[in-house]
Amino acid sequence: MLIRPKAGILDPQGAAVERALPALGFAGVGNVHVGRLVELDVDDPSQLEPMCKKLLANPLVEDYEVQRLDGSG
Amino acid sequence: MKFGVLQFPGSCDEVDALGAARRVGDAELIWHGERDLRGADAIVVPGGFSYGDYLRAGAIARFSPGMESVIAFAAGGGLVLGICNGFQVLCEARLLPGALLGNANLRFTSRQVHLEVVEPETSFTSACAPGELLSIPAKHSSGRYYADAPTLVAMAERGQVVLRYAAGENFNGSVADIAGVRNEAGNVFGLMPHPEHAVDELIGGSADGLGIFASMRLALEGAHA
Repeated sequence: MLIRPKAGILDPQGAAVERALPALGFAGVGNVHVGRLVELDVDDPSQLEPMCKKLLANPLVEDYEVQRLDGSG
Repeated sequence: MKFGVLQFPGSCDEVDALGAARRVGDAELIWHGERDLRGADAIVVPGGFSYGDYLRAGAIARFSPGMESVIAFAAGGGLVLGICNGFQVLCEARLLPGALLGNANLRFTSRQVHLEVVEPETSFTSACAPGELLSIPAKHSSGRYYADAPTLVAMAERGQVVLRYAAGENFNGSVADIAGVRNEAGNVFGLMPHPEHAVDELIGGSADGLGIFASMRLALEGAHA
């Protein structure tokens, strides 16, 4: 599960990284956002969506995206 | 009257919350694993780092058995005060609108703040004077209050913004300088600063936090009168 700050909400972590990169010589970097990655094994993938909504993300302030790594999508 | 102070693994301000509550009434500690609120007339969800703040501050504590009882208690009109991590827990439980994000300055910050009492007629501020500035310490790293624009409009219309940081005091970047909010029914209130740490002028030079606890007592006495 990839969990990101919702667009439009101040992301001070992303802003700090965006300021740091040019100082290290990486030019042309913009729109940096820092989120969270949750990896897990699950028997029933239909549980992933409710898991995100109920606990893993706060839908008021975060967007989430489920990626399945078993080759089925 | 009796306050019940909820304690999670990682709570650290429950002792001061008990001490503050005992200046205006009785108080008892309630372990989060218990569902029995022990006949408390009001509940305090104290500060700290429940469950290590893992995932998001308050996200895991919100599902503890004690919190299930607190959610039912609040639904029945019971008074619930959430301080700092307690405020985060109440937002995660959706007992209060909005969410608390990492401080805009990216630092854990501990300092005295001045708070404007926006709503002096609530169950949590009636012992404060209208327009009074409260001097209360704050200490947190995730205290940036956020609610989306439609929610903020609705909250303003319903008088749900109870406390604001005074000019120049909003160190965490909270939207609209919001420091403390209540629910629509008015029986649940949360704030990031710590009134329980400001109950004796000998320590910290301010007893302004006592007004929050005294107001809760007044509200309960009014309800029973």
